[in-house]
Amino acid sequence: MPSSIMPIRICDLRLTKGERAVLGGVDLTIDKSGITVIMGPNGAGKTLLLRCLHGLIRPDQGQITLGHLRVADSRDQQAMVFQQPVLLRRTALQNLAFAAPVIAKSRPQRLIEALESVHLADRAHQPARMLSGGEQQRLALARALLGKPALLLLDEATASLDPASVLVIESLVKAQSAQGTKVILVSHDQGQARRLADDVVFMSDGQVAEQSPANQFFASPRTPVAKAYLAGEILL
Amino acid sequence: MNALAEAFRLIITLDPDLFEILWLSIRVSLIALVIAAVIGLPLGTWLAITRFPGRKFCILLLNALMGMPPVVVGLIVYLLLSRSGPLGWLGLLYTPSAMIIAQVVLITPIIAALSNQVIENLHQEYSDTFYSMGITGRRAVVAYLVDARYALTTCILAGFGRAIAEVGAVIIVGGNIDHVTRVMTTAIALETSKGNLTLALALGTVLLTLSLLVNALVIGVREYAAERQYA
Repeated sequence: MPSSIMPIRICDLRLTKGERAVLGGVDLTIDKSGITVIMGPNGAGKTLLLRCLHGLIRPDQGQITLGHLRVADSRDQQAMVFQQPVLLRRTALQNLAFAAPVIAKSRPQRLIEALESVHLADRAHQPARMLSGGEQQRLALARALLGKPALLLLDEATASLDPASVLVIESLVKAQSAQGTKVILVSHDQGQARRLADDVVFMSDGQVAEQSPANQFFASPRTPVAKAYLAGEILL
Repeated sequence: MNALAEAFRLIITLDPDLFEILWLSIRVSLIALVIAAVIGLPLGTWLAITRFPGRKFCILLLNALMGMPPVVVGLIVYLLLSRSGPLGWLGLLYTPSAMIIAQVVLITPIIAALSNQVIENLHQEYSDTFYSMGITGRRAVVAYLVDARYALTTCILAGFGRAIAEVGAVIIVGGNIDHVTRVMTTAIALETSKGNLTLALALGTVLLTLSLLVNALVIGVREYAAERQYA
């Protein structure tokens, strides 16, 4: 699995929306493989950071490099799964074929295997938008993984899904990580973060408040804001 | 009542005069529809997915042109095609071609504006995902057109409904010449003014049936798409 996107360096990333600095000078280096979970209260800037990493948002200031690549040059090595899966108005199989036309022509069996990996082989010929929310997200993940990305970004991909779908997605994410794909996942779910994270980035108020190995973060968070968050206190 | 019975007799016996008018109406409207769709669909799509200064004005103009009075369109096309007009040398005035041109001018903005809205909505929904998947340019446009196929079909049918029922423009540029440019709407206007209600009623019945069929098709396509989550 290619690792040319490591380390991921984010320097002084700033983004303003209206009068508000939604990203207020984010400095972050992710140099370990495995799964990095970004946590933090609503409005902390987690999703914006992920979108900047993927190139969906251009920051006002700052720099992101993935290995020696800029964001724009690393596009074909990245894949992203959004909170709300957007699927084409076609069957599940056609959605995969659209995402990977070369594979669809040369090795169509791989598309079926991709569906099998998310337990959707029996739904191959159903319109994708008729699938349940969990099935749609699993299909979106299968689609994202078709291109064998070096970096997989997940933005609250399991929010409000049924436990079975969460389990399938988490298993697949772990398997993908074990194969060398760097995974960065935004999640509010502490249980999920404990299950998946190798390291945690905690964001608050548009900045990185803490970055620690997962065990250390959950055992003894260094910052008061992270402590309060883990204790379930409401952070405004 | 006698006129109505006679009108149905004309329809049932496949009266040649009536079906000549019907055939010309459908032919003119279908050709206009194809041309308008070929222009309007890409135009609407292009305006939906590109960003340039003046784009909003173009969309505003397109929406305004949807409500253009047919007689004004007829007048403009007449001035263009009249012997002293810039296109007078083509000799198209008072021919079915002139009627097709007038209908194209009338329904292209309808198809373009409606398809623009459809594709714009789809673009908003798909843009992040397409960016993430590296889908750009022609592939994206084709995907929009394919995925919006049912909604676009209703846009096209709306254009056909407008074309087939149009009278103001085609009577000006076609002249309502018997066996040459007489279509259903112009024939109804003429026969009514002459007091010949039989043919007018027969044509009116056919026109109404066609209009109902088109609307039923629009509803059918929408329901089909919604039921299968393709909408």
